[in-house]
Amino acid sequence: MKQYLKNTWEGIWTVLIGMKITFKHLFVPAVTIQYPDVKVPLPERVRNRLYVNMDDCIGCDQCARACPVSCIEIETVKSLPTEDLGKTSNGKKKALWVTKFNIDFAKCCYCQLCVFPCPTECIYMTDIYEFSEFKREGLLYNFSTLTHEEVLEKKANFEKFQAEKEAQKAAEAKAKAEVAAKTKESENKSDTGSNKSENG
Amino acid sequence: MYDFLVDLIGNEIIAAFISAALPVVFIVPFVIFGVLMERKVAGHMQDRLGPMRVGYHGILQTVADFFKLLQKEDIVADGIDKKFFNFAPYLVFAGSYAVYAALPFSSKYIGADIDLGIFYIIAVSGLVVAGILMAGWTSNNKYSLYGALRSAAQIVSYEIPTALIILSMVMLTGTLSLAEMSEMQTAYFWNWNIFGGAEWSFTKLLLIPFMFAGFLLFYISSLAEVNRTPFDMPEAESELVGGYHTEYSGIKFSMFFLAEYANMFAVSALVSVLFFGGYHSPIGYVGNTLGLEALIPFEQVFWFAAKGIFFVFVQMWLRWTLPRVRVDQLMTICWKYLIPYAFLNLLIIGIITLI
Repeated sequence: MKQYLKNTWEGIWTVLIGMKITFKHLFVPAVTIQYPDVKVPLPERVRNRLYVNMDDCIGCDQCARACPVSCIEIETVKSLPTEDLGKTSNGKKKALWVTKFNIDFAKCCYCQLCVFPCPTECIYMTDIYEFSEFKREGLLYNFSTLTHEEVLEKKANFEKFQAEKEAQKAAEAKAKAEVAAKTKESENKSDTGSNKSENG
Repeated sequence: MYDFLVDLIGNEIIAAFISAALPVVFIVPFVIFGVLMERKVAGHMQDRLGPMRVGYHGILQTVADFFKLLQKEDIVADGIDKKFFNFAPYLVFAGSYAVYAALPFSSKYIGADIDLGIFYIIAVSGLVVAGILMAGWTSNNKYSLYGALRSAAQIVSYEIPTALIILSMVMLTGTLSLAEMSEMQTAYFWNWNIFGGAEWSFTKLLLIPFMFAGFLLFYISSLAEVNRTPFDMPEAESELVGGYHTEYSGIKFSMFFLAEYANMFAVSALVSVLFFGGYHSPIGYVGNTLGLEALIPFEQVFWFAAKGIFFVFVQMWLRWTLPRVRVDQLMTICWKYLIPYAFLNLLIIGIITLI
């Protein structure tokens, strides 16, 4: 009987204690952060989506080689000696047209290893972390500033230049060969003459 | 109200229809408000915010949800007893709506001013069990059936303490009519039944502790009757998916929802009529001080709704405080604690009223 009354009392009393606690919490300010409107400040060295500042990129391919998952794809075309590509912000001369600079964020593991080797510090982490896509292709980011036509033009230019150079080289080689042949002939002649003179 | 409408329209049938439809005008806005309140109370009690997107601080969330429910496909699975399956939600709602007929919203409006008001309410709220059982059984789903059977067991056993407390209140007030019961607890809050009723004598003091006990017993068992936490065994999201309404979708599901919230208000209103003066103001009427007699019924509706909503709030408060009880604990609470105490309370109140 005593236990019975005690149970009753405890039942009522503990419920009241619980109600007191929940009632207090009714007036505690909510800890909710209204996410899309309000965002939690990010930590200092947070790793998010990469960004490449193409003005500074020299196309050295070091980031692509550092990438453990090979998510960076770089293709370059040599510039012509007549073209001036400008300089990077830390004074390096640019010599390559970067015709392709793709980063596939579906593959990217956000390890930041590509950031350190960059000689011009043009690839770095931004604070953007909301870039989900409906299709996987949407995660393939193209950073190259050149249009497709421009790329084709640069390639054609380079090939033409290369061909010219080749032709020039061939011509030079031919000329050289001719010259060499001539000199050889004359040498041979003079050789015999001198031999003769020496001998004579 | 009915007489007034008969005078106004001159047709008894139309007047009866309008008079009978008036609770709907109350129920639907109440449910829209109640669901939002539930979510807001739940949120703030857990240090969250609750819905915040639709309208200012999410006040239109329930309206948006309602339209979403209307648009949803009404799925009726194969292997279901379609006739009863389609009928069950309306039966449940009819049961909880029928309770409103005997609730005195103000001294001027009561759906049906019958002398057996509270008796009628006990009887008609049993219809809800039939509806729930029907829904669970015809769903052809074991979880639904579990929920329905639990619900039936629970409501049937908790009707006993409820009926006993009501019986003791009937002994005290000497009437079964809720309008009369409210009228007896007139004017100020110290005349409420929980403070021993309007009659000034030494029995009033004697009655107070037993009235409080009666209120507690009645409130606990009414919680179980409307399937609210900690007695929400029939729904038990975490173990039975959704209980008896697992298989329902769209408008039929919303009928269950409507019935649940309508029931919550009905039992809260019953608590306020039995113990807290019904529609009477606790602090006197503005209409009396201003000399505007016409204002009083509107004030009474306000007080009735306010008291009802307060007890609905307490239900929500309990829901977010207590975990769900087990089935055996549920039965222990009812048969080993509530019923003996209710009998004891009945006996003591009977003796006091005899003095």
